[in-house]
Amino acid sequence: MVATDASASSRPPAVLAFDMDGRQAGASPAIPILDVDPFAMEFFADPHPTHEVLREAGPVVYLDKWNVFAVARYAEVHAVLNDPQTFCSSRGVGLSDFANEKPWRPPSLILEADPPAHTRTRAVLSKVLSPAVMKQLRDGFAAAAEAKVDELLARGSFDAISDLAEAFPLSVFPDAMGLQQEGRENLLPYAGLVFNAFGPPNELREAAIARSAPHQAYVLEQCQRENLAPGGFGACIHARVDSGDITAAEAPLLVRSLLSAGLDTTVNGIGAALYCLARYPQEFARLRADLSLARNAFEEAVRYESPVQTFFRTTTRDVEISGHRVGEGEKVLMFLAAANRDPRRWAEPDRYDITRKTSGHVGFGSGVHLCVGQLVARLEGEVMLSALARKVASIEITGKPTRRFNNTLRGLESLPVKLTAA
Amino acid sequence: MPSVTYIHSDGRAETVTAGDGDSAMITAMQNGVDGIVGECGGGLVCATCHVYVDDAWMEKVGAAATDEDEMLEGVAAERSPNSRLSCQIKMTDALDGLVLRLPDRQF
Ligand code: HEM
Ligand code: FES
Repeated sequence: MVATDASASSRPPAVLAFDMDGRQAGASPAIPILDVDPFAMEFFADPHPTHEVLREAGPVVYLDKWNVFAVARYAEVHAVLNDPQTFCSSRGVGLSDFANEKPWRPPSLILEADPPAHTRTRAVLSKVLSPAVMKQLRDGFAAAAEAKVDELLARGSFDAISDLAEAFPLSVFPDAMGLQQEGRENLLPYAGLVFNAFGPPNELREAAIARSAPHQAYVLEQCQRENLAPGGFGACIHARVDSGDITAAEAPLLVRSLLSAGLDTTVNGIGAALYCLARYPQEFARLRADLSLARNAFEEAVRYESPVQTFFRTTTRDVEISGHRVGEGEKVLMFLAAANRDPRRWAEPDRYDITRKTSGHVGFGSGVHLCVGQLVARLEGEVMLSALARKVASIEITGKPTRRFNNTLRGLESLPVKLTAA
Repeated sequence: MPSVTYIHSDGRAETVTAGDGDSAMITAMQNGVDGIVGECGGGLVCATCHVYVDDAWMEKVGAAATDEDEMLEGVAAERSPNSRLSCQIKMTDALDGLVLRLPDRQF
């Protein structure tokens, strides 16, 4: 790690996203250049020390490995997320710049779109996934969580990732979508591909794309209206064609967004919460003593582990980030995970505290692209943690947890545990 | 700077000062007022910042916009004609003295 700029400590207070007009030329302090590859296996193994280096080096840094600017402090990450006119998504939210490179799949109509186009598609998904819809799903999701915990308690020892963090969302989300039974085994590989593809052309991305044909074919097919059961999220999206909100060509792509972003994210979110509660038994004890903390215990795990670690934006003009000039057409990498543990914003950031006031964390993003599926994620997380807290006395880690590597998602491959009944 | 009073479902009242232009949700967060969760941070996604505007203030606060109105259908406690999402209420001097009642639950 080499910071080529020694003046990183004394910077003017944060001044964000100002025009170049009227600024003195040459007034911009040098941006630290760091020799960090945030998509390397060594980095994924333990990102926190490097997140700290990135945060402390300056409000904006340059990563010459991939020729991108990056922000890792809360204030700057939040500011970039909340200025979509300057930091756009339509040129891709991965490293690849859609202005110069052909996207690996047709771009998302919501994630990879800017206002005003984004506003229309976003309105459709936010109605399909609204708080009112969640109220209808709640009882079914809660019953499925109870049944899953009973089943696992009967087994005693199992893998908390495959048998719980994956199995539970797989038992509720595909049905809520209205997917056919057949082919569901493609869902996690497809999502893994999508999140790897936001990264650079490294081994992870290339291998995922090379293997992707069957998963892509499945998703394409499953997004069609005739393959989605009535009443599910998928059918609700297609119904918006009839009301004229979207076209028949747009609907399958919006279904695709939910298939891409709706499953693997919650697998890693629930996996994060289980890993936290297993590592910090005092917090599990607090949860058992007050079940109303279940929802926040999940939310705090999303802050603490940040299942979605990073996203990119592309600058649409010359801009200043906290006094540092960044030119037009530059990729800016946002370290959501580092922002979620920035000591400038959070007291005791490295502590998992289920009573923390988590509002404002950027684990679900912020601004116009703020995760539109967060209520589904929270519902799954809350009902699962609540079922565990009611039925389980202790969660013991019985073997070495291993990591799963992905260019965007952070989570475990395996977490052997033993449950004791309450 | 405008003040705002939050009345909890058990009748307890807390009066705090809002930063000009801050939302009534953020104001509650920043002053440690419980009862408003605001889990989406003001993004109009979660409906966990539900409040009942005191009758005397209804006119000044005004009605919910269409997006907010749709979101209000999903609040956890009962929705009433004076239900609003507090992340969408911007505190200004015109609202100095505002009284908001908090529902007994947000999810
Ligand atoms: C713990 C679980 C989850 C995490 C951590 C997460 C994280 C995120 C983040 C960080 C963004 C912002 C992207 C950006 O700013 O470019 C986002 C957007 C999005 N998420 Fe999630 N997500 C989760 C679950 C879900 C679920 C369950 C769904 C669907 C049911 C979903 C669907 C979406 C969609 C469609 C977008 C794009 C929204 C837009 O561009 O307006 N996510 N998510
Ligand atoms: S804070 Fe989420 S809708 Fe108001």
